[in-house]
Amino acid sequence: MDNNIAVSMRHITKAFGTKVVANKDVSMDIHRGEILALLGENGSGKTTLMNMLSGIYHQDSGQIFVDGQEVHITSPKDAYDLGIGMIHQHFKLVDVFTATENVALGMDKSAAKNNKEIAKGITEICEKYGFDVDPKKKVYNMTVSQKQTLEIVKTLYRGADILILDEPTAVLTPQETDKLFAVLRNMKADGKSIIIITHKLHEVLAISDRVSILRKGEYIGTVETKDATVQSLTEMMVGQKVELDIERPETENKELRLTISHLSCLDKYGVKALDDVSLEAYGGEILGIAGISGSGQKQLLEAIAGLQAAEDGGSIVYIDPETGKKEELIGKSVTQIKKMGVALSFVPEDRLGMGLVGSMGMTDNMMLRSYKKGHSIFADRKAPRELALKVKEELEVVTPGIQTPVRKLSGGNVQKVLVGREIAAEPTVLMAAYAVRGLDINTSYTIYHLLNEEKKKGTAVIYVGEDLDVLLALCDRIAVLCDGKLNGVVDGRTATKEEVGELMTNLKEKEATA
Amino acid sequence: MGGFVTLFQQAVAFGTIIMFGAVGEIITEKSGNLNLGVPGIMYLGGISSLLGAFFYENSTDNPIPIVCVLIAAVCAFLASALGGLIFSFLTITLRANQNVTGLTLTIFGSGVANFFGGSLNQLSGGVGQLRVPATSDAFRAQLPGLSNIGGDIGKLFFQYGWLAYVAILVAILAQVYLSRTRTGLNLRAVGENPATADAAGANVTLYKYLATCIGAGISGLGGLYYVMDFTQGKWANDGTIESLGWLAVALVIFTTWRPKNAIWGSYLFGLLYWVYMYIVGISRASQELFKMLPYVVTIVVLIIISLRKKRENQPPEALGLPYFREDR
Repeated sequence: MDNNIAVSMRHITKAFGTKVVANKDVSMDIHRGEILALLGENGSGKTTLMNMLSGIYHQDSGQIFVDGQEVHITSPKDAYDLGIGMIHQHFKLVDVFTATENVALGMDKSAAKNNKEIAKGITEICEKYGFDVDPKKKVYNMTVSQKQTLEIVKTLYRGADILILDEPTAVLTPQETDKLFAVLRNMKADGKSIIIITHKLHEVLAISDRVSILRKGEYIGTVETKDATVQSLTEMMVGQKVELDIERPETENKELRLTISHLSCLDKYGVKALDDVSLEAYGGEILGIAGISGSGQKQLLEAIAGLQAAEDGGSIVYIDPETGKKEELIGKSVTQIKKMGVALSFVPEDRLGMGLVGSMGMTDNMMLRSYKKGHSIFADRKAPRELALKVKEELEVVTPGIQTPVRKLSGGNVQKVLVGREIAAEPTVLMAAYAVRGLDINTSYTIYHLLNEEKKKGTAVIYVGEDLDVLLALCDRIAVLCDGKLNGVVDGRTATKEEVGELMTNLKEKEATA
Repeated sequence: MGGFVTLFQQAVAFGTIIMFGAVGEIITEKSGNLNLGVPGIMYLGGISSLLGAFFYENSTDNPIPIVCVLIAAVCAFLASALGGLIFSFLTITLRANQNVTGLTLTIFGSGVANFFGGSLNQLSGGVGQLRVPATSDAFRAQLPGLSNIGGDIGKLFFQYGWLAYVAILVAILAQVYLSRTRTGLNLRAVGENPATADAAGANVTLYKYLATCIGAGISGLGGLYYVMDFTQGKWANDGTIESLGWLAVALVIFTTWRPKNAIWGSYLFGLLYWVYMYIVGISRASQELFKMLPYVVTIVVLIIISLRKKRENQPPEALGLPYFREDR
């Protein structure tokens, strides 16, 4: 066998239950000293495949070779012993432990050292690759990026030569991502093999040497990154030609729907998160909200939905599209606001955290929106079931059945259920925050399409996004928040990425006339 | 002063029972298993020690004290650990609900114990006739040398059966094990975040089984102390063990899952429980109110902890949750 091959997977098949086949006859190789990107849509079996390398799952059939020897990885410990370490999307760290204790966890008695020696080892690894970890810091005091760094250090400390990173950049800022990529390159130069699971195509092109693609659990092929383009990778991933231009339909019937004036909100620590924001939203328009995360986007949307208390002096006026009646939203309850047709679909980092109940099926989750309707004391299950079927059909939700608990669905599918339900309520104002967070390219386009459909119907769509390219392609107007203040509203058709980026980071001085 | 000395002595004797119960339960809960079967396990420990001692004393004319102690202690530990094993098998292997399983175990233990307790009483000729004097005496032996210290100091600290000091030793050992050793670290990780411990290479199932069985064994020693020292080798079917078992569960919360706090916490619970005896002119009904004090204190502690929001004082994060590696 080729000496350059670190790990070889042959004819791997893994099924969950009888219905869901996560991986089907997958064969692929990982070379020494390379960065391999594993690419695929949501639910294409990338994470499952890697979990078999790291010992979380065990394949139903197929073989794994490490350094040319056939191995049987039945537990994470086996994987460690073979030098394979995985950094999971949900960090495997104990919150109440210090960094050192987390590294010490589960180590062999033969390797038993006291915490001081381990702390020293951590510092050495940090110096070698350019990490920054405080060995004494408790995990619950760390930022997401620090936790991730600790995960990598932990894996290296235990002698891993093959590192698997599952969507490592999903929760990082662009600066943190750059830092991560820099250390990954250091590690590659040191002869480590790195597998990075992601669906951000520009990152694949930036960091990897080769790209392997999975589609619906099957292995499609591997290409050299230098020969690949965004278009070619997308086609391999999706299996058909995909139009990569986001459409921006023109609408005629724009009418004022929301008027926000002088709105200020405090966050949960009593710090001003939103400072004197005045803004309008129109029906038949997509209003984009841009800003570095934590600039007040959450507070703005929640204030409109009635979930966030506003400071005195602000007002949010809603104009009913049918009667033209003006109503003040501040002071109204969440239920009252919902009844008027203002819908919020907020996708937090933890997708199940808001709006869906993980252990309930699609039907029951649809019912959460409608249980108050009807006159009998018995809940109407028929309409929600039909809605669930419709959402499943139209948004191509991959699930064994509409009664399957949604937490068993892959992340993207969970998101489709959430957005699908909010749109089905036929809102007059639809707020979507991070609606495509963590979604693959094909699903993202389905969501953009849905938002455009709503816009054509005359709904006022407010879209909070992270990807500037998407904001500029999708939105009619973009309001840029900076540090809780509205730093400008630009036209999505004429603005440039640089212009928006500048507004996001540099607060304009208020004109002296104010 | 005399009144306080007696109160203190009662508190220590009482506290020793729940200290065993609580320290065992802390070890169990640190593995993420919430075993509400503590009362039942203490019942099992109590009755098994009595059974073992009874048959040994009846089989020989001259029971040897050290053999009495060994038989009673081993019986108590093994029977209680068996209770822990039942709990482990049901909750870890079969993934049954921990709360329901624990409560069932309490009912089971109480039933088994009272059945055999009744039988023993009958064997020995009626209620109150059951005696295991040699064993009970061996357990109530005081520390040699120290017990001669006179005055209130001696009365306060040195006039207890030796199991009372074993309880303190067990609590200290448990504390050192949890906070200082590598396996203790792994055990805590299993209770906090089993997926993480698993990914780090710790055998989650083994840790949970061992912690639950050993923890149950230690809890059962509370039953042993109750039967051999507190009631001096008799079987009383009055439900005291059960209420002591629940106090032990409350004490676990009171200690914020730290065995070292169980040492003073258990004595404090004892003081609070018996203080009504020393309040003059109190009616029978009000006595019962005073017996609530340990629970009231536990609730107050819970409120304080919740206000202080310190992560280290929280229960193990995965407490009460089953773990299955391939779960998604």
